[in-house]
Amino acid sequence: MDVVWFLVLSAFIFCIGAAGVMTRRNPLVVLLCLELMLNGGNLALVAFSRMNGGQAGQVFALIVMVIAACEVVIGLGIIVAMYRNRLPIDVDEMSELRG
Amino acid sequence: MSATGYGWLVLAFPFAGMLITSIGWRVLPGRLPGWIASAAIGLAFLASIGMLIEIQDRPEDARALIDSAWTYATAAPDFRVDFAIFVDPLAVFMCLVVSGVSFLIHVYSVAYMGGDRGYARYFAYLNYFVFSMLLLVLAANLVILIIGWAFVGAASYLLISFWYRRTTATYAGIKAFVINVIGDVGLVIAAFLLSDKTGSLDLTAIFRRAGEVFPQDDVTLVFACIFILVGAFAKSAQLPLHTWLPDAMEGPTPVSALIHAATMVTAGVYLIARMHPLFELAPTAADVGAIIGTATLLFAATVALAVTDLKRIIAYSTISQIGYMVLGVSVAAYSAGMFHLMTHAFFKALLFMGAGSVIGAMAGIQDVDRMGGFRKAMPFTFVTFTCGALALAAFPLTSGFFSKDDILAFTINRGGGYWVLAIVGYIAAGLTAFYAFRMVFRVFYGDPVPEARELEEGHLAHHDPANPMTGEAEDTDIGFPGPEHHIAERDWPMKAAMGPLAVLALIAGVVQVPGVSDAVENFLEPSFADSRFADTAPTVGAEWVGLVVGGLISIAAIGVAFRFYLRLPGTTDRLRERFSGVHTFLVHKWYFDELYDAVFVRPAATAGSFGRRVIETDFVQGVIVGGASGVVRTGTSFARAIQTGYLRAYALLVLLGVAGLGLYFLLTSS
Repeated sequence: MDVVWFLVLSAFIFCIGAAGVMTRRNPLVVLLCLELMLNGGNLALVAFSRMNGGQAGQVFALIVMVIAACEVVIGLGIIVAMYRNRLPIDVDEMSELRG
Repeated sequence: MSATGYGWLVLAFPFAGMLITSIGWRVLPGRLPGWIASAAIGLAFLASIGMLIEIQDRPEDARALIDSAWTYATAAPDFRVDFAIFVDPLAVFMCLVVSGVSFLIHVYSVAYMGGDRGYARYFAYLNYFVFSMLLLVLAANLVILIIGWAFVGAASYLLISFWYRRTTATYAGIKAFVINVIGDVGLVIAAFLLSDKTGSLDLTAIFRRAGEVFPQDDVTLVFACIFILVGAFAKSAQLPLHTWLPDAMEGPTPVSALIHAATMVTAGVYLIARMHPLFELAPTAADVGAIIGTATLLFAATVALAVTDLKRIIAYSTISQIGYMVLGVSVAAYSAGMFHLMTHAFFKALLFMGAGSVIGAMAGIQDVDRMGGFRKAMPFTFVTFTCGALALAAFPLTSGFFSKDDILAFTINRGGGYWVLAIVGYIAAGLTAFYAFRMVFRVFYGDPVPEARELEEGHLAHHDPANPMTGEAEDTDIGFPGPEHHIAERDWPMKAAMGPLAVLALIAGVVQVPGVSDAVENFLEPSFADSRFADTAPTVGAEWVGLVVGGLISIAAIGVAFRFYLRLPGTTDRLRERFSGVHTFLVHKWYFDELYDAVFVRPAATAGSFGRRVIETDFVQGVIVGGASGVVRTGTSFARAIQTGYLRAYALLVLLGVAGLGLYFLLTSS
């Protein structure tokens, strides 16, 4: 099977994720969409690794999964902290960095 | 010890007293600070006597001594200023008067200020004042003199505003300080003019060279002398710089006695006497001094007829009496002027102490309209106050009789236009005797007021503490007068201070009876030996004629007061209705305060508020600060617009950036 199909699918997943991150306001959904983007990237890594016959791409994909796990831990922690402090669960409300 | 050694001691004791009371205020218990301060001044008085003895031992032409402690500043190779004292009979005379009267007033204050929360602070200020005054008197050059001059003004400010939570007192302090600074500036300009022409700031060097440098009535010298007069008039409360002195009565009563009657306000008289070689070279300036002195003595005497605040009556009387002294030293009656300075210090300090005692009995009220009949309740105060009033009225054979008429006899003797000045002086002398006994009759005679009755039964009156000027309620904590009131009948230190002064007010005239004893004149003679007018002193016969005229005027005026206030009470009310215009004019003190308010204070306040509103708010804040920050604000508004704070916007930008980079690499790699 040609590698192009894998790459097209990967780009598709990544774009869904990116669009979700930019448009959704619920932080939980934002986190889910981030996962989608990371997994889109993973798919491309694994596809290239199969094409080249090397193992480096597989290893990279594993590392990205570890990073994704860390990121979910921190992201969920922040969301739980927001909930505990009765802050609105909405990323647009947290715009203190406005210049 | 040499005379100058004693001179340094005279300065050292009050300075040490000031340090001890100001540093130890927390640990010194009860009335100890007061006694320490009194002891310091008492020792300074003893040192002054030592100075007197030492200087009398020297031959008459060697009684001017200069001793330098260190060089204070050097400018050109031959121009230096020493921290030096100048001891001559005039300085010794002033030291004796200042330290002697100050000592008694310190003793009086020990009791009078008892119960005040600022007790040690008060005595530290008082010692600081005496130190400054003695420094001024002993200064050997104009720099030290100006330092003492300014210190004295600062001490006066501190003591007028001593009750610093009382708004009227702080305003009065500021007013006194501002007017005193006008005088300081005049003195500094005079010092500049003199040093510019004579090349020195040492008093003796200036006097020596003035004769060579300046022709008779030289314009520069006249201006220098006029500026000296500005300094003297501001400090001595002469027209038109007198308005601070009546307001200075906001300070504690002993302060009024010490600074604003007996010592500080006479500094101007001392200055003119000290600078007499210059004034004799510039007769125009001396005539200005004489005319203003005469105008002041008449003006203040008329105001003293109408005001009803006991302390302010005495304050205007002070202005008037200093007018006599200024007239005296300006017409070259130096020893007469200094003699009047001495007797005035005695009887005016005494009058203020008596007034303080009465105010204590009235529990802080100062209005004579509410007083009366204290004769039985306060016999000691009554007797001593009357002694002071007799001396002020120049009743025959009291001290004021000899000193005041000495000045007027000398003025007549100068002849010419000086006649007019002397006649005005005699008219004001009549007014003086009248208002002096107006105080006595209104305070001590008549029907006893409730406070006097209460005191006769043995209770000291008590009112809720309040500001005597505005009636505002006060507490007795620090910054306000203390809770206790003191009268001479109950506190021996007050008696101990008033008794000697009463005796001196009555008999101090014997030291200078024309033709009998001329102690003051002979003692001061070396200081004024160079006077061109030394030979124009009136003959003994002429002086006695003057004394008889003055005595008759005094007795007549006291008789009028007796008739107005005791025989036909109500006469003054009828007069007041008849001449209500004149009365209002006098009660408003010739509208000087209103005039200065309209001419100086209001325009300055308007300019200030204009500056705050327009220049500061609109121009500085609006245009300069607002303009610069506005440019930056507009310039950065684009950069700020990017920082939306929205997470997704940042994500979009990151994505665009990454996509842009990717596109770039794709295009360049192919």
